[in-house]
Amino acid sequence: MTLPPYADLLGITLETAPEGLGEGAPVLAMPFGGDVIGRPGFVHGGALAGLLEMAAIVALKHALEGEARAGTRIKPINVTVDFMRGGREKVTRAQGIVSRLGTRIANVETIAWQDDRERPVAAARLNFLLADS
Amino acid sequence: MDPVPFPFDPAAFFAALPAGHGRRLGIRYDSHGPDWCQLVLPWREDLVGDPARGVIASGPIVALLDMATSVAVWMKRGGFLPHATLDLRVDYLRPAAPGREVVGRGECYRVTRSVAFVRGIAHDGDAADPVAHVAGTFMFTGVPA
Repeated sequence: MTLPPYADLLGITLETAPEGLGEGAPVLAMPFGGDVIGRPGFVHGGALAGLLEMAAIVALKHALEGEARAGTRIKPINVTVDFMRGGREKVTRAQGIVSRLGTRIANVETIAWQDDRERPVAAARLNFLLADS
Repeated sequence: MDPVPFPFDPAAFFAALPAGHGRRLGIRYDSHGPDWCQLVLPWREDLVGDPARGVIASGPIVALLDMATSVAVWMKRGGFLPHATLDLRVDYLRPAAPGREVVGRGECYRVTRSVAFVRGIAHDGDAADPVAHVAGTFMFTGVPA
């Protein structure tokens, strides 16, 4: 799966889902660095939102490939982001879960965490419009 | 006792913005008022989320609106006071036109003791035809609930 230029700007790389995490979409890893800093010592909320959105897109493409619909165009309709903890100076990971994959609409949930997946730094819900390419 | 805001000039703040995500995206100051702030996100190749169409990714637009609404809260509260984004919802009304810069305008329309309520839009030239709409809240840090 190739990621767009914006994912490169964030420094995002793909990891395979750890065992036990569902049928698992790939996990995205975003290193801490000058390009994603907000206030000193913390990840910028916009970078976290960008990571969550990218995780949702990756999960959705992964699910579409699983249904042999890899050519489907996906258009974001909206995103709701909850910021739960400050993201500190370390790598942030994120993974999306497609809660419903319809013919026209997909609902995706994503969480982002640092040391402990059970203590998310942020989470998002996204709705996508699906269109034949 | 209520905390005392620290005088805050958004034009000077963005002119002196240290290296970080906002500067990496190229976000700059445009204008502000007593409860609003307008910032600009330039179109750049490395912000693209849909390479086939040259459409800017949605993430930078969230970052733009996060920053515009955050500054709007400081304008409304009379200066800088620490806060954290609690949530943001962004509706993508249409794709931003390739090559066009995106203007983000944030407004703080209500402040309580511990929460600020914000809204705003992003457009690529015509404020009457926005590309995105935002609604969100900020929570004040360092004050008892």
